[in-house]
Amino acid sequence: MEYFDTLIVILQSTVRVSVPLILAALAGLYSERSGIFDIGLEGKMLAAAFAGAAAAAVTESALIGLGAAIFVSVCLALVHGFASITQRGNQIVSGVAINFIALGATVILGQAWFRQGGRTPQLSGDARFTTVELPFAAELADVPILGPIYSNLLSGHFLLTYLAFALVPFTWWVLYRTRFGLRLRAVGENPGAVDTAGISVTWLRYRAVICCGILTGIAGAYLSMAMTAGFVKGMTAGKGFIALAALIFAKWKPVNVMFACLLFGFLDAMSIRMQGNPLPFIGEVPVQFMQALPYMLTVILLAGFIGKAIPPRAGGVPYVKER
Amino acid sequence: MSAPYAKLPGWVDYGLIPLINLAVAFLVAGLVVLAVGESPLRAASLMIEGAFGYGEGIGFTLYYATNFIFTGLAVAVAFHCGLFNIGGEGQAYVAGLGVALPCLWLDQVMPWYVIFPVAILGSALAGAAWALIPGWLQAKRGSHVVITTIMFNFIASSLMVYVLVDVLKPAGSMAPQTRTFAESGQLPRLDWLLSWVGLDIGGAPFNLSFLLALVMAVVVWVLIWRTKLGYEIRTMGHSPSAARYAGIGESRIIIITMMISGGLAGMMALNPIMGDQHSMQLDFVGGAGFVGIAVALMGRSHPVGIVPAAILFGMLYQGGAEISFEMPEISRDMITIIQGLVILFAGALENMFRPAITTFFATTGTARAGKTLPAGE
Repeated sequence: MEYFDTLIVILQSTVRVSVPLILAALAGLYSERSGIFDIGLEGKMLAAAFAGAAAAAVTESALIGLGAAIFVSVCLALVHGFASITQRGNQIVSGVAINFIALGATVILGQAWFRQGGRTPQLSGDARFTTVELPFAAELADVPILGPIYSNLLSGHFLLTYLAFALVPFTWWVLYRTRFGLRLRAVGENPGAVDTAGISVTWLRYRAVICCGILTGIAGAYLSMAMTAGFVKGMTAGKGFIALAALIFAKWKPVNVMFACLLFGFLDAMSIRMQGNPLPFIGEVPVQFMQALPYMLTVILLAGFIGKAIPPRAGGVPYVKER
Repeated sequence: MSAPYAKLPGWVDYGLIPLINLAVAFLVAGLVVLAVGESPLRAASLMIEGAFGYGEGIGFTLYYATNFIFTGLAVAVAFHCGLFNIGGEGQAYVAGLGVALPCLWLDQVMPWYVIFPVAILGSALAGAAWALIPGWLQAKRGSHVVITTIMFNFIASSLMVYVLVDVLKPAGSMAPQTRTFAESGQLPRLDWLLSWVGLDIGGAPFNLSFLLALVMAVVVWVLIWRTKLGYEIRTMGHSPSAARYAGIGESRIIIITMMISGGLAGMMALNPIMGDQHSMQLDFVGGAGFVGIAVALMGRSHPVGIVPAAILFGMLYQGGAEISFEMPEISRDMITIIQGLVILFAGALENMFRPAITTFFATTGTARAGKTLPAGE
């Protein structure tokens, strides 16, 4: 029973840390499936986290904070779109630039506005998202096995958490069952064919980066307004890149994305849990090894040793209409 | 890359357009300064004063520039081959081992001029080794070098934390760093160089690795434009299919280029470890690997452009530290913004002003004269 309780605790924190990964990886999925590589997920998420926390601190409303987070993130996504779609610039370079601008600007503006060393004020009350208890969670808590699963693992999360998991099947539906999704996938594989069919490659790709911006915006808001109560300098701490790794690990497929993010989240939760606790049979595993594991797994996958990750064929290539 | 745009005179292509892009980047940075309620002009003058106004400032500026010359060259060499090495940060971090281990082993028994070559070799080899795996994966397995080098940055960071905390930390010490090297593990400072022009560098850690960086800039120029290997690298970068038809071994060139790039990034570790801190500390690279991207883009991947670009960023680092005393609103993070803006305008948006400039020169007739000029590098 003790092991079971530990497992529930670990799984619970797995869900908690996976949510921003799922949102950011789905964001990357929309963009990359349309042929726009995006290594600026990290920067957009960071900027959104700051904008959300800042707006919520001033207006005392979590919803306005969420709106601000999405707005800022979409703006950055449009900068990336302008550089890589309209100006046909290098998409990697543009993504790197956005990461740096977000990293610097959040601290400079935070210091100028709130004077707390780049932090935003602590959010409380209406300014922060609250957790939702599913019906009968308290009553069912004592039922063996199923009780803890229902009341601790499934209940008691933020609305954004449920939204993130709901977005997985939604994205699958959009991608594989709607006209927009079909065209989105087509423009990432063969933009010439889409153009020949009389559909604007530019507008389609812009819509894809806007979707990406909305989702990284929600991911950022989750970080600073739900998971913690306020923005801290550099709080994304590489989550955007882990999400990118998860997206590749999932071979750019929505349902796989969720499992990849849960796996990476689980590794994260385990590494926190295992600090100072040796594993049976293996002994003590260095925390750093656990932290590096998602990246190593992704490299191994990319190398084609466990399955093969084939990116969208037109990814990273600006589309030039014949003249 | 250049296909959709008309040919412009060389001085416009390599001089005017980069300058315009740079000016726009700084203009936007100025707007940010304005937004936090300070005067951009005063910030700029404070920055220049702090970076070039006195001997110690110049010493620090050149100390930072040394790091950026190495990492800028590293990114540039890879650019010439059409590869984007974002892994300079990780390569330099791991290369710290190649510097610190010889120092720790030999600093009691050997003088610095024996340790220095060993450390150069060690840092270059360690950096090259860390770049070898992404290069090999790109060449043989087709995994994108951008993604693998990003992953390797994170793996390097975990690895080095482990090495510093669990292996190299002296017993009984709390700080995650190696012991301080003896005198012979420290590079001589270049105070004499600046005293020729009557400057006193004070406490600035401006040291011998600056000269090594300049030597490497020349070496890179020779390598890229004056050797067979450099020709093959550039051919590969311009057109992989042309390289294949010419019988250039694709995977060989990719792997060699990545190793050269990693080696250059690795040498950066000499400057902070042997030149300044005289020990290996946590996170000693401090983002220099990423600054290299901005430096290479600004310098148009040419050593003649990279050295001044590196000095400009050295100025931003040193001057930025000075500004924060006078203007508490503006911290080092302002440099991160400027770095991002330079990467955006000099890199991703490099062609934004080109159509307008082309029109301008077409109406004045200079563009047609430019067409008869031989195509530059």
